[in-house]
Amino acid sequence: MFAYYLDLAVRSLKRNKVLTALMVLAIAVGIGASMTTLTVMHLLSGDPLPGRSGTLFYPQVDADPTNDYSHAEPLDVMDYRSAVDLWSAHRADRQTLVVDSKLKVHAPEVNLPPLMEMMLSTTSDFFPMFDVPFQYGSGWSADDDAKHARVAVISADLNNKLFGGTNSVGHTLRLRDTDVRIVGVLKPWRPSPQFYMVAGGRFANGQTDDFYTKPEDVFTPFTSGLEINDGNFWQFTCWHMPDTPGHLQNAPCVWIRLWVELGGAAKVADYRSFLAGYAAQQKALGRITHADNTRLRSLMQWLDFNHVVPSDVHLQTWLAFAFLAICLFNTVGLLLAKFLRRSGEIGVRRALGASRRAVFAQCLVEAGLIGLLGGIGGWLLTLTGLWLVRRQPSAYADLAHLDAPMFFATFVLAIMVSLLAGALPALRASRIAPALQLKTL
Amino acid sequence: MDILPILSTLRRHKLTSWLLILEIALTCAIVCNAVFLIGQRLQRMDMPSGVAEHELLQIQVADVTSPSNPYARLAEDMAALRQVPGVLSVASSNEVPFGNSSSNGNIRLDPAQPERTLNATTYFGENLVQTLGPRLVSGRDLQSDDFVDVEAALKGLSTGDSKSLPHVTLITQTLAERLWPGQNPLGRIIYLTPTVGLRVVGVLDSLARPNAYDQAKAQYSMVVPLRMGADKDLSYLIRARPEDRANVLAAALVALKKVDPQRVVTMQRSFDEVRRKFFQDDRAMAGMLVGVIVALLIVTALGIVGLASFWVAQRRRTIGVRRALGATRGNILHYFQTENFVLATFGIALGMVLAYGVNLFLMSHYELPRLPGIYFPVGAVLLWLIGQLAVLGPALRAAAVPPVVATRSV
Repeated sequence: MFAYYLDLAVRSLKRNKVLTALMVLAIAVGIGASMTTLTVMHLLSGDPLPGRSGTLFYPQVDADPTNDYSHAEPLDVMDYRSAVDLWSAHRADRQTLVVDSKLKVHAPEVNLPPLMEMMLSTTSDFFPMFDVPFQYGSGWSADDDAKHARVAVISADLNNKLFGGTNSVGHTLRLRDTDVRIVGVLKPWRPSPQFYMVAGGRFANGQTDDFYTKPEDVFTPFTSGLEINDGNFWQFTCWHMPDTPGHLQNAPCVWIRLWVELGGAAKVADYRSFLAGYAAQQKALGRITHADNTRLRSLMQWLDFNHVVPSDVHLQTWLAFAFLAICLFNTVGLLLAKFLRRSGEIGVRRALGASRRAVFAQCLVEAGLIGLLGGIGGWLLTLTGLWLVRRQPSAYADLAHLDAPMFFATFVLAIMVSLLAGALPALRASRIAPALQLKTL
Repeated sequence: MDILPILSTLRRHKLTSWLLILEIALTCAIVCNAVFLIGQRLQRMDMPSGVAEHELLQIQVADVTSPSNPYARLAEDMAALRQVPGVLSVASSNEVPFGNSSSNGNIRLDPAQPERTLNATTYFGENLVQTLGPRLVSGRDLQSDDFVDVEAALKGLSTGDSKSLPHVTLITQTLAERLWPGQNPLGRIIYLTPTVGLRVVGVLDSLARPNAYDQAKAQYSMVVPLRMGADKDLSYLIRARPEDRANVLAAALVALKKVDPQRVVTMQRSFDEVRRKFFQDDRAMAGMLVGVIVALLIVTALGIVGLASFWVAQRRRTIGVRRALGATRGNILHYFQTENFVLATFGIALGMVLAYGVNLFLMSHYELPRLPGIYFPVGAVLLWLIGQLAVLGPALRAAAVPPVVATRSV
């Protein structure tokens, strides 16, 4: 029966090509617009570390002793003292410090001009904690952290640029004035967002594009990085002017992020009380005043808190769905016109014994076919839309690709929309009284 | 034209009429709000910077090895840049309007005040006002004996030696009006820390902050007489005639390389590029909204064409009867035009309410202002026009129905 209805639908669609084209176009445009924004939304709001994100937490303490503002939330990142104290306590399954800075990178063995690159100074747990994939070599050890070892891990991009993609483990890299040995090369790694550096989203007025920049190109042990690029570290904020700008170890500034891995609710509760205990102890020492202002958010909570998805992207998604709604109304109207125009034909079918249900099903098959055609058009328009997004200057532009789930979602959405649009006209068509129609034939 | 027969016809086509009304209403609501959003973005992109935008260049260099005396290096660089033909003025600065990276300070009017009054950006560097070009509304510009070195000021801050701290500042008109509404700001003191009090000696007409995200606070800027040494975060700002800029930039880079051939140029751009980059998201969004509006109007128009054609086809016989009874082609044409006008009017009325609702939603989620009343009549006229244009084709086809149709298959 389905094949027969399909055949009828194809015939019917062929009969009035202009009306068919209009309906397919309306669905295609609506689907194209909404799937483009939905894909961007899906890429930007997804979980950067599926399966692991639930065990990653972002501790915060309020190290600012002043009363310049209400202190409803602690500062977004940590001062050196708190971060290093909490890190060296090793109270979590894994913990890592991160801080980034810009510096000049040069490979002495390669005849290329020096580059200005971002360096991430972190600790050995960074790579296993965040599932960072390696192409060659591996990360460094906890021992390297302790010994301020002059080692580095570089990104696939930098490895391509400097060493033509070959195994560069063991080669030397000059970071500012210091030579370091490459111990690992990453596979292409593009978390979305660059979650471990996210902070300060609440001050960004919804302009959070920068959270989606590529990871840094050079990774060095935390202790070594601070020495190599001393004098070039930027504060997140300070409550007093730092005495030595760029060298912030003793400055009244926050500039370091701490991440911890905690497997299980009991460990999270333990860590929470450890954090509170630390803050209380520091208060007793007179270093901080807002001791009760600590937080331990999970990775996803932290991303939510920072409103990582740019507000323009939200706005575009709303807009696209409103657009789809209008296309839907349009299709309902056109389908209604199409089905009711065939009242005579439907009347004959009903008179020959077709049940209402059969007429309804036949109309829905026709609507579904329009949806399928619209879906193909919508898919092409989505590809065009994403191509346009990639040409935008935003930091997430290179992420905008249609993945398999969104490809299927395009067709599911198109067919669902057309069935929804077809339901009312099909119902109307199935209610046609056969006798009345036959009279006028 | 009598409207009652149209209404009674529409009453018999309730479903299709309602569909058309809803479609027009939704389009109206979205178009009104989208046009409003575009207006907002364009207005933001027009935000005044207060500086001579078409005459400015910004250069940042990073030295391979930090110079032993950054102040001597700064003087050397500035002297070299002044020698470049076509250069009208050279400044050193920690930041530029719309440059994104900003140093900010908390301002208090009373050093003992627990919470800050507001947060403003602090420009520092030499020769800034002459080079950037904001107009001095009252008071005087910074003079060379106002300036202190950053390092000395930092030391002074920790030792409490007030001699090495800056004592004066320039602020913008907007900031002055916010701090002391309706009063003369000259001679008044603002506190950056309990020990650093700066006397306002001059008021600038406008100088935008580097991080001007919030339009209300975009002009909260002050200029402090602090001298920085040559450093990778320091920018050289060059003023030149608009037509000379390209040559001046190339020559300036050569001059800076001559001072130290090892250095890396990390940034070189005109202020036009600064503005373009800062507002690129707004431009992209405005472009996208224009695209959406055009697509929406086309889809709505096509919907009207489709339904009107259906109605015309459905009423072919009725039209034939009317024509046979003496109705002119004009009567038939006007009938369909009026019908569309009536539907559009219902749609627009409903759409206004919806537009207002959408605006309320946007206001609560995206910090947008209220939709000004002017958008309602503009949206209404636009949709009436679209409706009339769309219905014209089917209506003309209806008018062409010959009276003889009435005699067939009755």
